[in-house]
Amino acid sequence: MEPTLRGRAHKYGKNVDTDVIIPGKYCNIIDHAELGKHALEGLDPEYTSRMSAGDIIVAETNFGCGSSREVAPIAIKASGTAAVIAKSFARIFYRNALNIGLPIFESAEAVDGIESGDEIVVEPASGIVRNITRGTEYRSAEFPPFMRALIDAGGLVPYVEERLAKNAAT
Amino acid sequence: MGMTLTEKILARHAGLARVEPGQIINAKVDLVLANELSAAVAIGVMRKIKGASRVFDPSRIALVADHFVPAKDAQSAGLARLMKEFAIEQGIEHFFDVGRGGIEHVVLPEEGLVAPGELIVGGDSHTCTYGAFGAFATGMGSTDIAAAFVLGEVWLKAPASIKIVYEGTPGPLVYAKDIMLRTVGELGIDGATYRAIEYHGSTVDELSITGRITMANMAIEAGAKNGIFHADAKTIAYVTERTDRPFVVERADVDAVYERTIAIDIGGLEPQVACPHTPDNVHPISEVTREDLPVDQVFIGSCTNGYIDDLRVVAKILDGKRIASNLRVIVNPGSQKVWMQAAQEGILTTLAAAGCAVNTPGCGACFGGHMGTLGDGERAISTTNRNYVGRMGSPKAEIYLASPATCAASAITGRITDPRVVEMAGV
Repeated sequence: MEPTLRGRAHKYGKNVDTDVIIPGKYCNIIDHAELGKHALEGLDPEYTSRMSAGDIIVAETNFGCGSSREVAPIAIKASGTAAVIAKSFARIFYRNALNIGLPIFESAEAVDGIESGDEIVVEPASGIVRNITRGTEYRSAEFPPFMRALIDAGGLVPYVEERLAKNAAT
Repeated sequence: MGMTLTEKILARHAGLARVEPGQIINAKVDLVLANELSAAVAIGVMRKIKGASRVFDPSRIALVADHFVPAKDAQSAGLARLMKEFAIEQGIEHFFDVGRGGIEHVVLPEEGLVAPGELIVGGDSHTCTYGAFGAFATGMGSTDIAAAFVLGEVWLKAPASIKIVYEGTPGPLVYAKDIMLRTVGELGIDGATYRAIEYHGSTVDELSITGRITMANMAIEAGAKNGIFHADAKTIAYVTERTDRPFVVERADVDAVYERTIAIDIGGLEPQVACPHTPDNVHPISEVTREDLPVDQVFIGSCTNGYIDDLRVVAKILDGKRIASNLRVIVNPGSQKVWMQAAQEGILTTLAAAGCAVNTPGCGACFGGHMGTLGDGERAISTTNRNYVGRMGSPKAEIYLASPATCAASAITGRITDPRVVEMAGV
């Protein structure tokens, strides 16, 4: 079972794009820790110095729009950010986040009910988001069964290994 | 109930009679693409997959070094080298190093690696470009690309389709770029998220292949999974000149179901400009030029507008003229072939004589990588596809997106300019 996440919220607006999550000039970096130092640099250069490990990014609609760079969710995860809660996610970012194991949650109500600095608890398995500061609770959108199975399997790599094993057996 | 063009291609590649929007399928891929950035990460992931030592089919993988080429620094050189060594190890013949390729999305069609009815995934969001040829093509991240490398298939959620019908003839100096900017402005940058855009109408039937490329390329700018045109005689002629591989031309059924249908009249359309800082902040040029907007850099190139047709338009406007003082113009022909064609036609000389810097083909300037990065407080007008904060370098720079004609006109006057005014005045 995935452990409960707990941290302070850092709230941003709509259309947080991959160019501000990790600017293009850093896209030749392979080292995750190094990428993590630049998370959200184009939007909020102080983010990585202000946040603490386990904190949660909260954003309006269309989080992660733009490019397919997988280093975008990698940078967020490597910064120590525990999760992203948004009203909606751009398609490629959503896939990439699941594939690399960055927890993401979709809930318009939770986003509306959270302000920067609020203490947030998320139960990944149920998708329940609690705002400890304000004493409120929200339920994020359930993942479709196929994606839930991918998450439970530990991401895309174990899924591919299973398929390869199946192909080899037939 | 019929199927859309996207549904038909997905169903055939999943071995199913039909697919419904929202359905999750496993689909066979015809081609998997990566550049040196997405490939480097994908290769790392592939090395971690137990039981995966070989790619599923080396002839169905294309690797293009284009983002930081010629290498910006030792780190970038390392990524390109990693990809080259992988190509050699796996026997991947469609490997394009700097000097033999160019921008991936310009190169693949040129090399006959894209055909109607095919299913293509790429580690680059602008992989949707190949929808211009009636293929289903979509961008993915590196882990998905690693999975496609070894399995030769991908999981996909079949998207609902938005049908856009364009009618009317574009006026002088109005191009596919203007039509697509207008479209992104209409849809919004998340207006087609998780959707396919299917382009229809007499306007797009009349468009050249490169015009359709420009439009399919920017489907992602509305958040779409893919953007797709029906292949016609022009498409088939283009493709069969470059490959003898058999392909299947699919058509949407007449009773296909669309989530919505949008009609866009192109008749009175002016040149369009996407203003800072999102590609859907689109306004007609007459509105934008109400304010005097001097520019520091004009950029011509990218997978959106780095084609020979685009360079011809720019050269025609700049022929015999000089660009304005106090600004620089950077031109990136999209590929080595485009570069050579432009050289043969005298276009590179025309551009250089006008004061333009002509770069090696590549993606560098468009995504703020290198070879044309913007500084603090600078303003650019560019033929590229994105103008997010910091996209081309400094987060304190401003990017306006426009057609090659509008960019060329602006290069002459030094400020954002309606190309129709420059042409009429013969400035």
